[in-house]
Amino acid sequence: MAEVTYLEAIREALFEEMERDADVFCMGEDIGAYGGAFKVTEGLLAKYGEQRVIDTPISETAIVGAAAGAAHMGMRPVVEMQFIDFIANAYDMLTNYVATARYRAFLPCPMVVRGPSGGYVRGGPFHSQNPEAGFIHTPGLKVVYPSTAEDAKGLMKAAIRDEDCVLFFEHKYLYRRIKGTMPAGDHVVPIGKARVAREGTDLSIITYAATVWKALEAAEQLEKEDGLSVEVVDLRTLAPLDDEAIVATVKKTNRVLIVHEDTRTGGIAGELTARINEMAFAWLDAPVLRVTAHDIPLPYAPALEDFVLPQTADVVRAARTLAAY
Amino acid sequence: MASRAKGGRAAPARTARPLDDDTPGSAAARLTREQQLELYYWMRLTRTLEERLVALYRQTKVVGGLFRSLGQEADAVGSCFALEQRDVMSPLIRNLGAMLVKGATPVEVLKQYMAKGDSPTRGRELNIHFGDVGAAGKTRGFLGQISPLGDMVPVMAGVTLSFRMRGEDRVGLVYVGDGATSTGAFHEGINFAAVQRCPLVVVIENNGYAYSTPTSKQTLAKSFVDKAIGYGIPGERADGNDVLAVYDVTKRAVDRARRGEGVSLIELMTYRRKGHAEHDNQSYVPEGEIERWARENDPLDRYLARLTTELGFDPKELAAVDERVRREVDAATDVAEASPFPEPLDALAGVYADPPAARPLWYREGISGAVTSSERAADGWGVYKADAKQESKISQEDA
Repeated sequence: MAEVTYLEAIREALFEEMERDADVFCMGEDIGAYGGAFKVTEGLLAKYGEQRVIDTPISETAIVGAAAGAAHMGMRPVVEMQFIDFIANAYDMLTNYVATARYRAFLPCPMVVRGPSGGYVRGGPFHSQNPEAGFIHTPGLKVVYPSTAEDAKGLMKAAIRDEDCVLFFEHKYLYRRIKGTMPAGDHVVPIGKARVAREGTDLSIITYAATVWKALEAAEQLEKEDGLSVEVVDLRTLAPLDDEAIVATVKKTNRVLIVHEDTRTGGIAGELTARINEMAFAWLDAPVLRVTAHDIPLPYAPALEDFVLPQTADVVRAARTLAAY
Repeated sequence: MASRAKGGRAAPARTARPLDDDTPGSAAARLTREQQLELYYWMRLTRTLEERLVALYRQTKVVGGLFRSLGQEADAVGSCFALEQRDVMSPLIRNLGAMLVKGATPVEVLKQYMAKGDSPTRGRELNIHFGDVGAAGKTRGFLGQISPLGDMVPVMAGVTLSFRMRGEDRVGLVYVGDGATSTGAFHEGINFAAVQRCPLVVVIENNGYAYSTPTSKQTLAKSFVDKAIGYGIPGERADGNDVLAVYDVTKRAVDRARRGEGVSLIELMTYRRKGHAEHDNQSYVPEGEIERWARENDPLDRYLARLTTELGFDPKELAAVDERVRREVDAATDVAEASPFPEPLDALAGVYADPPAARPLWYREGISGAVTSSERAADGWGVYKADAKQESKISQEDA
């Protein structure tokens, strides 16, 4: 089978799900005729027409709200935020309306909100954000953020089939840099399950999205230069978190480094650390450490962005500190 | 505000494009005698039920706030009466009457206000924040509102978008107040629905106040219906305290949506005679304004006069409706008062379809160590305690 990029894998999932289920439809800004700002939805309009591939006004609140209304009536909307930074415009609709719908009113809300996320692309403050932490805090939403092409496809298919709202973060740095070979058949990756991206015994790096690749680079370097056996756990789903996988890796290596591209304060590393405390404190041989972005809006200039975001060298340095503790 | 202070009738809007060429008044003229009486029944039921809620509120049996629609019964009832059973309506806080027309029952409303465990939301939501929506024929077709204003407009754009996509012969109607027209969600939602030609009717109930803020501080536009021009849709303003005029204008908008002609905007001129909620002392209202509206422009008084003088109803026939309503509200009160409060553990169920219930936090559950999903499943989380009790009761009865 030919390799496909992370972006093509997402597109494959959209085509397959629209083919499988006539209730699946796509909405967003410039997703139809233009095929989306990154061309994720390219070709959908030609195949499925304007009824199922809808170019909308610039109205994130209306896009998400209309998706919720259609979902109540049995449709399966997949909506695009042109850049995930703009999901802030739909924050009320997602947190007050969508996230509470099942709980307060027994209303099903099966919908996917997807969009290009993350930095390392010189996008500046409004085209580089990682706003996932603001949503994992909201009961009623599910959040996935894949790092591989295989997972991007399989999780997208799972998200579309899920009975609740799934926020699907796509890392734009990975869109065309990462390739994978898609498993044959109906490839669905379950939501809520982490993945061991590299087996190891000396310490664990828990991470997700683009920093999975930084962690893997760091693990390689640490093995060569320090003889360390580093395990890398790719969370894949951020809400609900896979407690079992987290506890398993803590019990295995007894040392944990959490790496994420999101800013530090209120980032998911804090939540992971608290859970490890509650569930596996007795297995720890060292404090849980974290490598994150600085608490800074993301700047544009390469020299600034590279300094603010976590790099492989940062992961290596922190891992050495942890191993020596 | 001058005409409002006098309690006067609304002047027709001059600038927005009207709904269609139908003669205004013709839809209302087609109502049968039974339908004319039914409109009276729904308005009376709304008022009597709210009066009962006030009594329960004073007895502290209503847990949260109490929201009245006194003086607005005609706008809620007359507009919703223009919908078919299969259509979907999204009410706001002054639309108890519309919900009753669409099939919500007094006992549901009373249980909601009293936070009962078998209320439509099982004690999770307040007052008239509940709904029943889904497939035509299987649901009554009203959608539970949320408190952030304007949000229901985009949601109803999506509901009606689904009708259009599936080729269903169904129409949506969404209510907003004068205040909600200032929100971004209102603008985005109505514009989205308009450009997508959704079969949606947007009703602005202009009752003069958003909490304490008068319409003069909400917009510089001369009338809310003029906003229709900006969305490229037709709009009409009507006297919201004349139930037949309300029905008429809404029916024409609903028919238009059903014909596939898209979104219409309606502005219903009415007046909120009570505060935002029962606690609000209305200190911001000019002296005498409320009394003038009560005296000169009460929707029930006006319709009663019309029924007896113009439409030939016997006052005894109308008194019988009042008596029927009183009996129904009494019976509903008895049922609601006797129902149980929710089981605390039921708070954890149903945030997601999967997992169906959250596990209590370790310091609440009295055990520790079970962290895996399989361990959790073995514990039986995911069933409403109230349901489990009910089921065991049924199986015992069967045995």
